[in-house]
Amino acid sequence: MSLSDEVMTELRKDYIYNLMVKGEREDGRAFDQYREITIDTNVIERAEGSARVQLGDTLLVVGVKIQPGAPFPDTPDQGVIITNLELIPLASPVFEAGPPREDAIELARVVDRGVRESGAIDLSKLCITPGEKVWMVFIDVHVLDDGGNIMDAAALGAIASLLTAKVPAKRFNIGEEDMDVPMRDVPVSITAVDIGGTIMLDPSLDEESIAGTKLTVTSNQEGAISAMQKSGVHPLTTEQISYIVDIAIDKAKEIREKFLVI
Amino acid sequence: MNRPEKLIEGDIRLDGRRPDELRPIKIKVGALNRADGSCYLELGGNKVMAAVYGPREVHPRHMAKSTSAVVRYRYSMASFSVEERKRPGPDRRSIEVSKVSREALEPVIFEEYFPRSAIDIFVEVLQADAGTRTAGINAASIALADAGIPMKSLVSSCAVGKVDDTLVLDLNKDEDNYGQADMPVAMTPDGNITLLQMDGHLTRDEFREALEMAKGACTTIYELQRAALVEKYSSQMEGGDVIE
Repeated sequence: MSLSDEVMTELRKDYIYNLMVKGEREDGRAFDQYREITIDTNVIERAEGSARVQLGDTLLVVGVKIQPGAPFPDTPDQGVIITNLELIPLASPVFEAGPPREDAIELARVVDRGVRESGAIDLSKLCITPGEKVWMVFIDVHVLDDGGNIMDAAALGAIASLLTAKVPAKRFNIGEEDMDVPMRDVPVSITAVDIGGTIMLDPSLDEESIAGTKLTVTSNQEGAISAMQKSGVHPLTTEQISYIVDIAIDKAKEIREKFLVI
Repeated sequence: MNRPEKLIEGDIRLDGRRPDELRPIKIKVGALNRADGSCYLELGGNKVMAAVYGPREVHPRHMAKSTSAVVRYRYSMASFSVEERKRPGPDRRSIEVSKVSREALEPVIFEEYFPRSAIDIFVEVLQADAGTRTAGINAASIALADAGIPMKSLVSSCAVGKVDDTLVLDLNKDEDNYGQADMPVAMTPDGNITLLQMDGHLTRDEFREALEMAKGACTTIYELQRAALVEKYSSQMEGGDVIE
C-alpha cells in the first residue's frame, strides 16, 4: 500500500468513526440494517441453477453446474460439493488477474462450509452408483462489482441458486426426469464488523476496508450455528462475539423468510 | 477406518481423556540453529516445527509497508504427515490456514517498530493428528518470542468440538472426522480472541459454553508456553534467578 493510500485510509477511518460516535453510518443505515437485497434466480439458462444478487453496491452472479463424476474415496456414496470464488479485476481496481489469492480462497471456503456444514444438500441422494459415480455440484461465484460484504452476497447467491437448480439426469441419460437438488436446510451468512467498539452488520466497502476484523456467522433454519469465521487482524472480545452471534441468528431468520422461501 | 460406535462413553473419550482434558503438550524452545527464533511442539500426535526470521529485508520489495513490518505466515504440511500422502506445496486449505494464523498473531506483534521490513513465520507440520493449526500457532507464538520480536503477549490456541452431543476440548483425529462440530480458537492471556473459526452444528448455548472451555484451555497452554520460555532463558543467565 502506498503512503497516499495509507493516508486516505486514515481519513476515511476518521470520517466513519465520527459518524459512528453520532450513531450514524455513511449511507444512513441503522447499525444492524442490511442494504437493499435483490435476488433474481435462473438468470443463466445454461447453468443448472443461478442467481444474480445485488446487495447495496455489491453485484455478483452465482452459477451452479451439476455433472456426474467420481466420489471421494472416503465418501463413496455421497455427492460432491465444490465451491469456487474469484476476485476478478473487472470487479474492483484493487483486484488483480492471476490465481486466487488468500482473500478469494477464504471467501470460497467460508461459503462452502456454510452450505456443507449445515447439511443444506442431502448428499446421499446425489449418489448414482456407490463408489463409482455421483453428482458433483459446482458452485461458482462471479463477483462483478465489489461494494463490500461479498461474503454474505455470495452465500445468499449460492443457496438461492441451489434452491432453484435442477440435477440434469436426462441430459446424462441417468434418469427419465431431471430432479430438484435435494435441499434440507437454508443456511444464511451474516457478517459483522467492529468499528471503534461498535458492531455493524453488512459492511459497505469503506466500512469493510477500515474495520480491523469481520466475523461471519452462518446459521441454519433451526437457529443453530453451522459455520463461523473471524477474518482480520483486530481481536474481538467474548462479549462482542456473543453479541454478534445473537444478532446474526435473528437477522439470518429475517433474511431467510423474506428471500429464500423453499 | 469406519466411525467408532461411540466417541465418548460415560465421560471418557476413545483416547481415555475426559471432555475437558487436553492432549499432552511438549515444547522445545530454540530447536533450530539458523532461524532467529524457533520452537518444536508436540500436541498429542501432532508434531510441528515453527521458525521465525526477521525483522529482515522484504522480498519482493513491493510487499514492504512504509509504516510497519509486513508479517508473513506460511503453514505447510509435509507430504508424509498424513495417512494418504499429501501433494507437496500450498493448497487452498493451507492458504486459508496461513491467513487466519497470521491474523491470530499479528495483533500482539509491535509491527510499527519495524517499517519496511519483514517478519517471516514458517510452520511445518511434520505429523498431523487434528489440531495442526492450533499447534502451529502455539509454536509460532513461542518462536516469535524466541526471535526477540517485541510482542504485547503470547498467543495461545486450542480447539473445542462436539462429539456425541458432548462438548470436548482439543479434538483428536477420530473426533475431528466423526464429530459434530470443530471450533479452533486463539486468544491472548487477557482474553482477546484473535482466531475464531467453526464448522458443524452448535446451538447458541453450546457455543457460549465452548468458548468458555476454549478460554480455560488457552490459559493452561499459556502457562506451558511461558514456562518453556522461562526455562530456556533463565538457564542462560549466569547464576541468576528466574525473573518474574
